[in-house]
Amino acid sequence: MTVRLMQGNEAVGWGAIAAGCRFYAGYPITPSTEIAEMLSRELPKLGGIFIQMEDEIASLAACIGASVGGLKAMTATSGPGFSLMQEHIGYAAMAEVPCVIVNVQRLGPSTGQPTSPSQGDVMQARWGTHGDHPIIVLYPTSVPEAFDLTVTAFNMAEKYRTPVILLMDEVVGHMRERFESPAMEEIQVVDRMGTDVPPEWYKPFGDTISDVPPMPSFGSGYRYHITGLYHDPMGYPTQRLDEITPWIERVHRKINGHLEDILLYKEENLEEANTVIVAYGATARSARHAMKLARQHRHHVGMVTLYTIWPFPEEVIQRVGRIARRIVVPEMNLGQLALEVERLVGRHKVIRVNRADGEMISPQMILDALEGA
Amino acid sequence: MAKSEHTAYAYLRTTKKFPNIWCAGCGIGIVMGALIRAIDRIGLDKDDVAVVSGIGCSGRMPVYLDFNTMHTTHGRALAFATGLKLAQPKLHVIVVMGDGDALAIGGNHFIHAARRNIDLTAIVINNAIYGMTGGQYSPTTPLEMRAATAPYGHVEPPFPICELSIAAGATFVARSTVYHAVELDKLIEKAIRKVGFSVVEAVSYCHTTYGRMNKMGSAVDMMRILKDHSISLAAAEKLMPEERAMKIVRGVLHDVEKPDYLTLYNRVIERAKATISGKEFLRAGPGGLE
Repeated sequence: MTVRLMQGNEAVGWGAIAAGCRFYAGYPITPSTEIAEMLSRELPKLGGIFIQMEDEIASLAACIGASVGGLKAMTATSGPGFSLMQEHIGYAAMAEVPCVIVNVQRLGPSTGQPTSPSQGDVMQARWGTHGDHPIIVLYPTSVPEAFDLTVTAFNMAEKYRTPVILLMDEVVGHMRERFESPAMEEIQVVDRMGTDVPPEWYKPFGDTISDVPPMPSFGSGYRYHITGLYHDPMGYPTQRLDEITPWIERVHRKINGHLEDILLYKEENLEEANTVIVAYGATARSARHAMKLARQHRHHVGMVTLYTIWPFPEEVIQRVGRIARRIVVPEMNLGQLALEVERLVGRHKVIRVNRADGEMISPQMILDALEGA
Repeated sequence: MAKSEHTAYAYLRTTKKFPNIWCAGCGIGIVMGALIRAIDRIGLDKDDVAVVSGIGCSGRMPVYLDFNTMHTTHGRALAFATGLKLAQPKLHVIVVMGDGDALAIGGNHFIHAARRNIDLTAIVINNAIYGMTGGQYSPTTPLEMRAATAPYGHVEPPFPICELSIAAGATFVARSTVYHAVELDKLIEKAIRKVGFSVVEAVSYCHTTYGRMNKMGSAVDMMRILKDHSISLAAAEKLMPEERAMKIVRGVLHDVEKPDYLTLYNRVIERAKATISGKEFLRAGPGGLE
């Protein structure tokens, strides 16, 4: 085991490599560019491909193409580029193509503040594309977690044939932190399910027990059709309600039916807590510090850190709502995930702590809210 | 039954419900036939061919073809195809686009795919209009012509597809029309055989929208216009520049040799691997050997 200082963005790149990513397409943008730079250096050493595309739309398109060709693929971007990628996040969801999209958020809207942290894309990550589809969004709070959750993002993308978004805060992307390099053989890597049925029996979008159809790559002898149109189990466009409805239901089921695997979170000091902080990303670190300070003053404060923010961990939050009198939701935006918490526990219980000016939320800000609670 | 029909059947999806979605008399089916004949003549295994399309009437072609097929988003087919080709270099990746698809919403992807010289075959079916949405003007609609969004005549000059492709870096550029179906399949065959970014402009028409709005008659009448107003490259060279500008010049307009993207990128891989062996790298773990 080697111990070293590692930057969050770099950790994402290493996590991708460890997960088996061998294709990266991207477009330079602050504050995510270090991911592209390190992968342009490291991927070819493994025979992998790095390509800098003409924009973010093309970047995700190339990733989807490469994934259909059988390579695990990733792109990384920030706010404005993430807006451009929405078109193909929707395509990947519709065509059920595994890929990982990293968004190292910056302060928006528009060009905003490229080097300032923000958690302003939390709702965009869920609802940014047109139409209804489920999505998995993971959110690290530290450099080691950036590595681990990148591996997890690939594993979930491959396992569920879905785009997975890794949202990260600028301060985590650019922070350098202690990183204990795990041995490669200890890292659990999931590959997409292939098939050995005769090609004429293969249904690229058929029903399976897991709700995830196997996905052989183009060129492997299974010739099939992929489209962004609603399609039947063979992938051919359809307008039939008896083919559209089962598709929508299956694609939602394949995510919402596996929540025990997909929802990642950490609970701390929930026993006897009358106030609970629900936090994610870098804000969770301020929140943890605030919790410690409050507990020193004998306040019964607990905390839930969300690593999977979408699908939203409804049962966890409902349970917290039954335990706690007050729930504090600190966010570097003007209240986005707080809406979900309020929906589940009632607005009267929720205390929002917000700032969206490009500065982090300090432990003191949260502590003030806790003492007011 | 004509021989060409026998050829086509082996490449069409028997499980897909026909008929196709195109209007009777449309030129897109002729391009599809030419593509099939070209692939058949080269003798490619169906497993080794991928056909990628964007959105519009042309975008519906792949679904009928028994290859690895992908109907992508509007204008972005080349970007998807780029990723697919890099991941599976053995695939012959053929990208079918319309004029609005390739040159308006996809203009940026088009010039950059050409500049990169990635080994793809781009077929641009140019009917000078957005047909599927009802006949709005496209980047190749000629000046003064009528369109659903140019009821008083069009005021923008058209993009010359082939000249644009050559300037952007394509290694093979050719043009023909859907009237010249046999010539078209020969040009597509050459384009597929070419290693590098190759472009075939297949000049077509849309009698349903553009033809109706400009009083150009039926599909047959519009086919006749392609016949009368086009000229081979050899014949065009004998014309004065102003006469030539009035014609659709058919043939191989550009054919040069230069290394394609993957050839050059494989050198990058060689150089990168020389710095460290992959096995050593994996053993050391993330960041261990940096």
